[in-house]
Amino acid sequence: MLLAGAYFFFPLYAGLKFALQDTNGHFSFQAVRNLPSAPGFAGAFWLSMRLAVVTLIVSSILTVPTTIYVHLRLPRVRPILEFVTILPIVIPPIIIILGVLNSAPLWLRSSPYLLSLEYVILVMPFVFRSLDAGLNAIDLKTLVEASRSLGGNWIKTMWRVVLPNLRSSLLSAMMLTLALVLGEYTMANLDLWNTIPVWIVQFQTASDGHVQVAAAMLGLVGTWLIITLVVSLDRSGSRRSRRRTGRL
Amino acid sequence: MTFVSNVASGSDTGVSEPDATSTSSKRRLRKILRGSRPVLALAPFVIYTFLGLGIPTIAIVWAAFHTQQGQVTFANMHAALQGSYLLGFENSIKLALLTSIVPGVLGVFLAYAIETSRSTVLKRVVGTASGVLANFGGVNLTFMFIVSLGATGVLTGWLSVIHLNPWNFGFDLYTFYGVAIVYMYFQIPLMVLVITPALGGLRASWREAAQNLGASSWRYWRYVGIPVLMPSVLGGILLLFGSAFAAYATAQTLTSGIIALSPIQIGALLDGNVIANQANVGYAIGFGMLVILSVTMILYSLVRRRASKWLR
Repeated sequence: MLLAGAYFFFPLYAGLKFALQDTNGHFSFQAVRNLPSAPGFAGAFWLSMRLAVVTLIVSSILTVPTTIYVHLRLPRVRPILEFVTILPIVIPPIIIILGVLNSAPLWLRSSPYLLSLEYVILVMPFVFRSLDAGLNAIDLKTLVEASRSLGGNWIKTMWRVVLPNLRSSLLSAMMLTLALVLGEYTMANLDLWNTIPVWIVQFQTASDGHVQVAAAMLGLVGTWLIITLVVSLDRSGSRRSRRRTGRL
Repeated sequence: MTFVSNVASGSDTGVSEPDATSTSSKRRLRKILRGSRPVLALAPFVIYTFLGLGIPTIAIVWAAFHTQQGQVTFANMHAALQGSYLLGFENSIKLALLTSIVPGVLGVFLAYAIETSRSTVLKRVVGTASGVLANFGGVNLTFMFIVSLGATGVLTGWLSVIHLNPWNFGFDLYTFYGVAIVYMYFQIPLMVLVITPALGGLRASWREAAQNLGASSWRYWRYVGIPVLMPSVLGGILLLFGSAFAAYATAQTLTSGIIALSPIQIGALLDGNVIANQANVGYAIGFGMLVILSVTMILYSLVRRRASKWLR
C-alpha cells in the first residue's frame, strides 16, 4: 500500500519540484511566470481554446437532443446507441486519425476544426454515459408529461424542465470534454496542429526545460481540478437523487 | 407530485381517441410523419458518427488492400507482417500483455485492500485519485517521469546519493521496460476503477455461509471468491490490454519513437518518414491493430456476460 502510494505520488512531487525551480535549482516561480511569454505558447493556447469551444458546442448540439429523444421515445434503440458510443474506445485515436486523414476532403483537412469534429467522436463515450446516467436518475417521462399537460410547449419543456434537471450530468460531460480536448496529443500531432500538448513536446528542443515541465504540470493540475470537480458534482447529484427516491 | 402524475397518465390513455374522427388520407399522412420522426431525430447523430468514425474505418480497410493507384493487392498486408513491422506488432502485444497482467493483478490487490479498509476517507481519496490518474496518459505523464526517473531526475538523484543510481545498473527510462513502468501509472488506477464494483458485489453472506459450513479462508477464496471474481478480473485485464495496445502519446513522447511499436510506426508512416511505395503499409498495420482490438473487445463482452451472472 505504502509502496503504491510512493509510486503514485513521487512523480507528482518531482514534477512540482522541477516546475518550481529556476535553472540554478533554487525555488522560484520563474518558470511559471515565463510560460505565457514563451515562444509559441500564446498561439497554442489560443488554438486549444478555440478547438475546445467548438468541440463543446458541436458535441452538445449532437448528443443531448439525441440522448433525450431516445430515452423518451425510443428506449429500444438505447442499447444500439450504447454500442455505437463505445466504438471510439475500441477504435483508438491513432487509427481514427489515420483513416480521417485518408478520407476527409482537402478543404476540411486544411482546417484545424477537423480536430474538433473528431474530438466530438472521441468524447462521445463519456458524454453519452454521463447524460445517460443523468437521464436514468430522473423520471423523464413524468416530468415531460407533467410539463406538457400544464401547457408548456416542447421548447419550454426542454429548456425549463429537462435541461435544469440534467445540469450536473451536463456539466460533468462538458468538463470531461474539456479535459480531453486540452490534453489530446495523438490526433493533433499527426494532423500537424500546434495545440498545447504538441507545443509542450516540441518546446523540448528549446532552451528551458523548466518552462516545459511547468506547462505540463499546469496541464496536470488543470485536469486534476476538472476531474475532481466532476466527481464531486456526481456525488452531489447522486445524493440528491437518493434523497428524492427516499421521499417517494 | 402525485396529482401531476395522475393527470399525465390519464392523458396518456386518452390520446388515440380523436384520431378516429379524421379522414383516412389525413391519418395516413400523419402516420407517415409520425413513422419518420424517429428516423429524422436520429439522423444527425447517425450521419455524424458514420462520417466521423465509419468512413475513416472503411478507408483504412480499403487502403490496406489496395495500392496507391487503386488496384487490389495483398502486398501491404504482406509488408506489414514482415521485418520491423512484424517486430512492432510483437513488441506492442508484449508490452500490452505486460502492462495489462501486472497492473491488473496489482490493481485487484490494491482495490481489495482499499475495499476492506474501514477508513471512508481513504476510500474516497483513492476513488477520486483513480479517476484522475486513469485519465492521465500522454504528454504530462511523460514529463513527470522524466523529471523523476530520467538520467537527471529527482529520484535518480536521491538514489545515486546512496550509490544506487538505477542508470548504473542498466536501467533506461527510454526503453521497452521504461515505457512499461510509465504505463503502469495509468493502468493500475484503471484496474482499480474497473474492479472495485465487482469486489463490492462479493456478498458478506457468501463468506458467512462458507464459514458456517466449515470452510477455511483459503477454501472460501478457492471455491467462492476467485471463481466469482475471475470473469471481472479477466474483463479488466482485457480492457487494460486494449488501452495499452493502442496507446500512442505516452510512448511517442517518451522515446521519441525509437522503440518499434505498431501505433508509433503508423504515426511515423503518416508523418511521411517512409520508403517510397510503402505508404499504404500504414493502413495495413492499422487494419491489423483493428483486428486485434476487435478480438479483444469480443472476448471482453463475452467475459462481461459471464461476470454479470453473479455480480449485479
